Amino acid sequence: MAAAARSQVMSLYRTMLRESAKFPSYNYRNYALRRVRDAFKANRNVEDPKAVERLMEEGWQTLALIQRQVSIGKMYEAQKTVVD
Amino acid sequence: MLASGRTVSSRLLRPTAWLPLRLSSERTAASFPQKELIKKHEQDEPRPLYMDFQATTPMDPRVLDAMLPYQVNYYGNPHSRTHAYGWESESAMENARKQVADLIGADPREIIFTSGATESNNMAIKGVARFYKAKKHHVITTQTEHKCVLDSCRILESEGFDVTYLPVQNNGLLDLELLEASIRTDTSLVSVMTVNNEIGVKQPIKEIGQICRSKGVFFHTDAAQAVGKIPISISDWKIDLMSISGHKIYGPKGVGALYVRRRPRVRLEPIQNGGGQERGLRSGTVPTPLAVGLGAACSIAQEEMEYDHQRVSMLATRLVQKVMSEIPDVIMNGDPEQRYPGCINLSFAYVEGESLLMALKDVALSSGSACTSASLEPSYVLRAIGADEDLAHSSIRFGIGRFTTEEEVDYTAEKCIEQVHRLREMSPLWEMSQEGIDLKSINWTQH
Repeated sequence: MAAAARSQVMSLYRTMLRESAKFPSYNYRNYALRRVRDAFKANRNVEDPKAVERLMEEGWQTLALIQRQVSIGKMYEAQKTVVD
Repeated sequence: MLASGRTVSSRLLRPTAWLPLRLSSERTAASFPQKELIKKHEQDEPRPLYMDFQATTPMDPRVLDAMLPYQVNYYGNPHSRTHAYGWESESAMENARKQVADLIGADPREIIFTSGATESNNMAIKGVARFYKAKKHHVITTQTEHKCVLDSCRILESEGFDVTYLPVQNNGLLDLELLEASIRTDTSLVSVMTVNNEIGVKQPIKEIGQICRSKGVFFHTDAAQAVGKIPISISDWKIDLMSISGHKIYGPKGVGALYVRRRPRVRLEPIQNGGGQERGLRSGTVPTPLAVGLGAACSIAQEEMEYDHQRVSMLATRLVQKVMSEIPDVIMNGDPEQRYPGCINLSFAYVEGESLLMALKDVALSSGSACTSASLEPSYVLRAIGADEDLAHSSIRFGIGRFTTEEEVDYTAEKCIEQVHRLREMSPLWEMSQEGIDLKSINWTQH
């Protein structure tokens, strides 16, 4: 179908934030949440459908990466930091 | 593996193996944590905040993700020419080489993988000096270099070379005229680090490169703290050799790289001999997972450089302003303009550095560099910039990086202010200075 609809982008965004919130490490978790938010904000005005498609694909890849790294973080969990 | 209940709608199915479900294996894996890593006495205490990014950096999850396949299944030796394990490993290694080269504007053939910036520095300094020793016997460096550079120069001195250790000005920067005047006809190499690891000062590398090129002297820079944090171009800056460290840019420990210019060619006498890998300059199997990690770290750094720099500058300003507005008599060591913002070295007058570090036990900080932290002497870098002896003892280095949060910076600033006030209350020197006594005029007597 044509370039991703707004609803698909929002769905990806919400899913990425949900998965990022699962990082056991305080630093990684905050970085992921912040970076995802800032990346979507920076690209909010992209019009070209090919570019949007490419960014969405990157998003899905990053989502898979986040999931893998969350699992690893859970396997080798350490105690929380002082500000956590 | 599909957990109960949730249906997977078709638009969510992707070939990238994203799983919109709870992995049953997740629960199993997490119920067998590596108990040995959590020591008994640490189990109830929260871990300190990490604010020591110059000592080392945590690995970016994206870097770990890139490395793991080569630790698990793609374990071939990249120099094996006869089978797929070797070919895929070599291809990954060459891809990583390109990623490192792209970050600094070099050609991939000019990148040599090493075990870290220390090895790169050793290779560059000893290698170049020894290769050209028939006609050239002089090497120039500065007094604020990393220990490995200074130590390599010391070894060269014992081999009969002349080494000039240039002093730096009070702001930590090298005097360019002094450098130009020190270059002799038999100088083979000038080595000046790009960003200092203790005070964060950024040397005028472009101008130094210009001077060295005009005099026909090779220019080496230890860019371990600078690569991936500030834009670097080896052609603009006329750099002939550059050391890169993996674990300073959110990559793995145990890997680094040396950039060796090919045009005009820089020749080195290799330190590590063997099978002729890495253009014969550094024999030994290239550790593919580590090289891939370094490459990934460099490529991520290139993309994130501006974002990270803006953020780190903002956090650094926040920290320094908070601390300096609440506490008097705090000095920032090093030039306030020509610096990398993420490395802040502050001296707190009338407070002993070690006791402040102990008091700030919730925050991981350091006073001076990790390699010199074992000795009781104040850092030689601080001495070189002319810091007062007592101020040199009272200095703390705050490191801010990609993963630092505003909360961490605020917590550090508050704790720091609180503890400095508390320690100063207890300090007789502080009392005396408050009463207006000039401490330098006191005649300390022995009892």
